[in-house]
Amino acid sequence: MVVGKMKLTFQKRVKLVQGLGLLSWLATLCGAITFTLGCFLKTEFRRRSEVMDNTDIHCVPNTLMIVGLASMGINYFAGRICQDALDAGRFPRWKTFLKPFYGCSIFVTTLMLIAVILSYVMKGSLESSLKIGLKNGIRFYKDTDTPGRCFQKQTIDHLQMEFQCCGNNDYKDWFEVQWISNRYLDFSSKEVKDRIKSNVDGRYLVDGVPFSCCNPRSPRPCIQYKITNNTAHYNYDHHTEELNIFIGGCREALVNYYMGLMNTIGGVVLSVFLIQSSVLASLRLLQTSMEAVAGQENVEIETEGYLLEKGVKETLMEYLDPVLKLMWLNQVTSPEDTGTKNADS
Amino acid sequence: MAVLPVKFTKTKRDKLAQLLWVLNWISVVTGIILFSLGVFLKVEINKRQDLMAERQLQSVPNLLISVGLIACGINFLGGKICYDCVDTSKFLRWKLVMLPYIICTFFFTLSILVGGLMCYSLHGQLEESLGLGLREAMRYYKDTDTPGRCFLKRTVDLLQIQFQCCGNEGHRDWFQIQWISNRYLDMSRREVVDRLRSNVEGKYLMDGVPFSCCNVNSPRPCIQYQTTNNSAHFNYDYQTEELNLWMRGCRQALLDYYTDILHSIGLTVLIIWLFELSVLTGVRYLQTSLENVWRRGDPECESEGWLLETSFVATARTNFNIIKNLGKFNQINTASNGDPNIDRPSTAHYGPDNVPPKSTPIAS
Repeated sequence: MVVGKMKLTFQKRVKLVQGLGLLSWLATLCGAITFTLGCFLKTEFRRRSEVMDNTDIHCVPNTLMIVGLASMGINYFAGRICQDALDAGRFPRWKTFLKPFYGCSIFVTTLMLIAVILSYVMKGSLESSLKIGLKNGIRFYKDTDTPGRCFQKQTIDHLQMEFQCCGNNDYKDWFEVQWISNRYLDFSSKEVKDRIKSNVDGRYLVDGVPFSCCNPRSPRPCIQYKITNNTAHYNYDHHTEELNIFIGGCREALVNYYMGLMNTIGGVVLSVFLIQSSVLASLRLLQTSMEAVAGQENVEIETEGYLLEKGVKETLMEYLDPVLKLMWLNQVTSPEDTGTKNADS
Repeated sequence: MAVLPVKFTKTKRDKLAQLLWVLNWISVVTGIILFSLGVFLKVEINKRQDLMAERQLQSVPNLLISVGLIACGINFLGGKICYDCVDTSKFLRWKLVMLPYIICTFFFTLSILVGGLMCYSLHGQLEESLGLGLREAMRYYKDTDTPGRCFLKRTVDLLQIQFQCCGNEGHRDWFQIQWISNRYLDMSRREVVDRLRSNVEGKYLMDGVPFSCCNVNSPRPCIQYQTTNNSAHFNYDYQTEELNLWMRGCRQALLDYYTDILHSIGLTVLIIWLFELSVLTGVRYLQTSLENVWRRGDPECESEGWLLETSFVATARTNFNIIKNLGKFNQINTASNGDPNIDRPSTAHYGPDNVPPKSTPIAS
């Protein structure tokens, strides 16, 4: 049962070759674009690697980069094959190359689709990675004298100002963490001693936030200490004041940012996938129609081209057989089998 | 004696014409580059218009934009002319246009040079404009309820955060203005009333700065109020603490930023000017060599091309005389009673005898 049968006159074949030539150039360019997008996404993840706990999410940009490079190679060869297609003398040398070529191309094209699906599937992993990373960042905010953690304060401050967010889930996370180092606390003062005593773990907790949580759009100078205490500030109500500090948490801000980025990239990669598939389909049609011409005296006859000679399942089995045979060969035969074999010989 | 003459064979002329065609198209691209540089500079200046006092800063980007557009047009025409110059018959179409075109392009390249040099001359005006603008912006920082000034607080805060600067010259500028609005001052408190009374103009001044002056690189949480009071904070010395607030003034920061942009743009414009000048020189050589070919009548012969036919001084003198005579053309010669024909010999022919007729007496 032939899949995708199509009659092609000589004129149509020529047009197909021309169209395929252009399309393969376009697809090479799209492969380069995919690679660039992968690099860009990777740099974006690396920039904020300090607030991410693990690098699981890096599989998306890595896949995109591999797919981009591979598709550039595939489309280059597709262009070369297409150039030789109308020349009956040069075309046969590509014969043995074609089967593994199709196998590789279909694998790479499905990998493109997988990359797009991954970018949606990995959202949960990204969120949990950011949750842990931000929690640690806020916890080690005060440790500017500890090597390895001395840049956490800078990182968190920059992050909060750039993404206009405060804390992990929201600004109240800062109330639960001691973010002022003991080096800057006057232990001789009664207020400090009282506060530390009132806490179970002996931590100095305040209802204040760092200056990087301050919202520049606020009409009044920033209130960052004694936020929940309405009487400490004139004409101030903690519940109705919205513009004073950033209310939203940094985790949500970062997840939204990265998902937006990956959605856009996913859209572009999907269109690249469509272009790549059409290149492969056209190449297959061209190859099969040219094979019917081979050996004929009159090159300008009408021939039939098809996508698959047998049905989809049979073609798949044909491809997977050599791969499976390689896998069986690697298996060690059990001793009783070898025993019976020796007895027989 | 011609200025810088060069002999051109037919093949050399053709190659020159083709090369100039390509170079003219490259010049169209450089014209687009000039245009986009002008647009970029205009956008950058407009972004911070709130912080700049009124000065003639828009002239430079406007000049670059117009010069860029005109360059595209002129070089497009030049490309067409050079393309046609390969064929001597087509050259005749452009023969009369070429010299005016070269003169126009010469003056136009002068304007590119002026644009490039102006980029370097803006420094003083920029400094003055920024100094005044920033002072006004800081003064109206607290007026977030006044229409027209309500965004100044946000602008100044974002500026100080982005450019990592504080105040006009330094953070002490904030000590001299009231940047906390009276709406947020508790007038019933004694401390507030004391502070207001102690100031001559009744302003609430303090040794504090807005949060946007806080230095991100500081190892300790930001100290923005009572910055000069060492005893108000533990383990703090105002004189030695450098990382707490941004040390640089915003005027210097913005000036450095704009100076960098203007210097890069100026350098690019000067390089483009040199390129345009070389293209113009090529076109002049092509024009003079083709004219000489046309004068001799033989399209295949070797001809000479030059920049100026006679020496520089002689050319200047002839052009000056032409301009003077242009002026004289409009003048009337008052010596002969306004009749321009009075001294001209008569050229009329009076029949076969050529005897002029007697004038008939008028009957009185």
